[in-house]
Amino acid sequence: MTRHLRVDGPNHDNRLDHMAQGVIGQPLNRLEGPLKVTGRATYAAEARPANMAYGVLVQASVPAGKVLEIGDAPGALAVIQDKRMIRYAAQGLDEKGPTSGPDRIEYMGQSIALVVAETFEAARHAAQNIVVRYKPEAVPVDPESVTPELPPKKQSAAGDVDKAMREAAFTLDQVWRTPSQMSAAMEPHAAIAEWDGDSVTIRAALQMLSSNRKQMADALGIRESKLRLLSPYVGGGFGSKLGINAEAVAAAIAAKELGRPVMVAMTRQQVFDLAHRRSETRQRIRLACDAAGRLNGIGHEVLVSNLPGSEFTEPVAQATPFTYQAAHRQVVHAVARIHRGCAGSVRAPGEAVGVTVFECAMDELAELAGIDPVELRLKNIPDVEPTTERPFSSHKLAEALREGAERFGWSGRRAPGQRLEGEWFIGMGMAAAVRVNMLQESRAKVTLVQDGTAIVETDMTDIGTGTYTILGQLAAEMLGLPTDRVEVRLGDTQFPPASGSGGSFGAASSGNSVFLACEEIRQQIAKAMGCDERDLTLQDGMARAGNVAKSLSELVDGTITGEGHLQPGKTEKSHRQATWGSHWAEVAVNRWTGEVRVRRMMGVFACGRVLNEKTARSQCLGGMTFGIGIALTEAMEHDPRDGHAVSRDLAEYHIPSHADVPSLDVHFLPERDAYVGPLQAKGLGELGICGAGAAVLNAIHNACGARVRDLPATPDKIIAGLEP
Amino acid sequence: MKEFAFHRAASVADLPSGATIIAGGTNLLDLMKLEVMAPEALVDITRLDLDRIEPDGDGLRIGALVRNSDLAAHPTIRRHYPVLSRALLAGASGQLRNMATTGGNLMQRTRCPYFYDRRMPCNKREPGAGCSAIGGVTRNHAILGASEHCIATYPGDMAVALRALDAVVEIDGPSPRRVPLADFHLLPGDTPHVETVLQPGEIITAVILPAPVGGQQRYRKVRDRASYAFALVSVAAIIGMDGGRISHAALAFGGVAHKPWRNPEIEKLLTGQEPSDALFAEAAEILLQPAQGHGENQFKIPLLRRTLNATLRDTTGMEAQA
Repeated sequence: MTRHLRVDGPNHDNRLDHMAQGVIGQPLNRLEGPLKVTGRATYAAEARPANMAYGVLVQASVPAGKVLEIGDAPGALAVIQDKRMIRYAAQGLDEKGPTSGPDRIEYMGQSIALVVAETFEAARHAAQNIVVRYKPEAVPVDPESVTPELPPKKQSAAGDVDKAMREAAFTLDQVWRTPSQMSAAMEPHAAIAEWDGDSVTIRAALQMLSSNRKQMADALGIRESKLRLLSPYVGGGFGSKLGINAEAVAAAIAAKELGRPVMVAMTRQQVFDLAHRRSETRQRIRLACDAAGRLNGIGHEVLVSNLPGSEFTEPVAQATPFTYQAAHRQVVHAVARIHRGCAGSVRAPGEAVGVTVFECAMDELAELAGIDPVELRLKNIPDVEPTTERPFSSHKLAEALREGAERFGWSGRRAPGQRLEGEWFIGMGMAAAVRVNMLQESRAKVTLVQDGTAIVETDMTDIGTGTYTILGQLAAEMLGLPTDRVEVRLGDTQFPPASGSGGSFGAASSGNSVFLACEEIRQQIAKAMGCDERDLTLQDGMARAGNVAKSLSELVDGTITGEGHLQPGKTEKSHRQATWGSHWAEVAVNRWTGEVRVRRMMGVFACGRVLNEKTARSQCLGGMTFGIGIALTEAMEHDPRDGHAVSRDLAEYHIPSHADVPSLDVHFLPERDAYVGPLQAKGLGELGICGAGAAVLNAIHNACGARVRDLPATPDKIIAGLEP
Repeated sequence: MKEFAFHRAASVADLPSGATIIAGGTNLLDLMKLEVMAPEALVDITRLDLDRIEPDGDGLRIGALVRNSDLAAHPTIRRHYPVLSRALLAGASGQLRNMATTGGNLMQRTRCPYFYDRRMPCNKREPGAGCSAIGGVTRNHAILGASEHCIATYPGDMAVALRALDAVVEIDGPSPRRVPLADFHLLPGDTPHVETVLQPGEIITAVILPAPVGGQQRYRKVRDRASYAFALVSVAAIIGMDGGRISHAALAFGGVAHKPWRNPEIEKLLTGQEPSDALFAEAAEILLQPAQGHGENQFKIPLLRRTLNATLRDTTGMEAQA
């Protein structure tokens, strides 16, 4: 039986707080951890079906135009050009395949063909040396060189920000820039396709299997029922595996054509060319406040870019409409149509760069107005969502600010440039953290077996986030089993379709579906016990109700199966849902060289119920580390002439190294959000990123006085703001 | 990767002609995968007896196969040539240092992204093709000694310290010779594909360090992240002080030229003087007088000036007194 829930109203039951097993929320180790550290967790490119051939993508070496002719590839089995091959990756949750037709080139590095050979090395050699004749076209590659589009849905305004600026006691009007960024997941994209008659199985590195199956079936021109996707382990996604990409489509086409399994694995350089980048941004922020620091005007005008016709627009100012109050507001998203690689979701699309820049602006305004940055934020927290007047589903920003200030020792902060230790200026900075919260439709099946074990099945993915563990914990809690009695099976489209991993919605969406499936099983156990489900206690394989206690083996005849089906509902619209927090950083800035070292960093986060304190904390550690990257190190540089990604490996694209990351401190505020489903849990994966970089940048200013508005704050930009 | 023949050398005399030498392979293998380098044959020299560190007169002879990690940790190096330990430990990552060798490190090739990208013209890869770094992304490019044919930098750290230490490269081949490190790497001129004086059929067998000179020794590397990044600029400094005056100065610079850079004029200027910000500014003026930026990398000029100043303040004891 399927238990269905559409989240149309609040749920104050907090049922998980009344379960007896006591495992939910516990900082349990990852269930699949031993498999990963012993190499038994096989990733997409690690299977070795018999007779497999290897494909390597051929890439365009011009930024736009037409492929006229592709030469021979001596030593290769085949050179495959198929009009179904795609030009760039699908966006998350797309239901159709992305634009196909690889003979038309939209950006340098685009996949235009596939070379297949008996070995990876031979295929790569052939692909790298194949001669291609083009009819190239001149295209714009600089977002600031073209007249941008203004998509109507991406704009909003209320009141008159110009007027607010004219009449304010204090105003700020500055422009920031952030560069393109890359997800840089550890596992490069890869796929192995194997046909059996007219059915194909693809082992792939993907985050969202149910929508990926739709995209892939559409791209290949086959029915979804003929396609099975397997992604049991994914070595990080960070958005780059939300949609299918060229390697998986090409592998399926080649495997069909050659009649044998084909693997296509991207090289690291290809990932930089072919995975979605986060768009570079130009952000103009205007703030107007009265003498007491009350905001009256907020303007956030954004320029991003994407390929012509690509629907994704980095939602930079997504949180701006509801983070702070102000009567006069304006949000602009302009999109430059240029021919750099396709832009898409990368680690907290929108807030990662939008909140970061906005929180830098707040720091500047606080300084102009002579108000403590924490106070400025506290003064401007709205009671309801500005302009819509919707209530918040829960709101912990004020608490996160106050608790953070206390824990971090904010009162010890001094004026800029006042603390010098040897060659190093020391400073502190802070920022608010905010991220929209979402749920996605998700299904799961749970089977309780007579021997007191349970199996969870859903096509949900675990991209390194801890999904196996939290879903196991949820089933264990609801069914009264030790966690080692629960097996979790993920990443297979033969299981019920789940939300997938993306947008921080995975844990809550798939978790609620497992919760519902378990409620269904509990109902059936209660029936066997002759009690009301609410009176049933399940713990350590025993069922209790009143004076009656029975073991599950007595109650279960064979197996009991329950399915759960969660859908987002009216609370999406009735309430503004978001997660909140605060970021704190102490940095050292070298007075001579402008090098920055983050000395300590802390985050305080409220995300509803925490399902596993350890995996949740790890998500925040990763997010804060990305924040350091956004602030200090990460920049995907584009060639000014043809737009190609110049930094194409992890030696040149600088994600923070261990030495860049100090001790990070994470605190969770206890919270239950009634409007996000019966788990009362919200998304957490991305919150740790949102604003973290601003705490670092604001700390740099507090340390040495330099304001860097062109990110990342590398030494060259810092010394420009230091004394000669 | 292009197919290649593989030979394991049993002795220095056993090197097949025309084969590319591989030791740690930390740079070569990357380049071969990208086919930026596509040798017909590789000769593996890791079985050769070239991995010893031994006295050489008053100095030290470092075998070409001594691993970076071992060299950095060697007690004599740490004690008498600390600038070398520091430079080694500032380079790459622990895993790479465990593989990388002394000789191989000298042969490390530039990290110019256009050299690594076969879609883009490069005079190093294909003499006469043109330089696509000029007019491109130039953040890590040279400000000293570049040419209109190439603005790439030598990316290593170890050799910068060796330059300050007046090291000598021992070369075996048809006519064995010793070449000062100063003369080992070449400026690009109109032959940027010729990066060192090493000729076909020759092999680096050792690096010779002269007698220790003492003094304060630093390797100061400024980079875009705290570890595992190439130098924006670096300074290897050996400064002796006597009675409040600079008695000895050796300064070499990385990240700024096609070879580890050194300018004896600034050492002459500093020697015999009392340290002061004005003196250091004068030294920087001489060092950077011929410097030329190429767009993005313009910042290296002020950054090198500041880094030199900081290093001299540190090594002369000015910083501690401040």
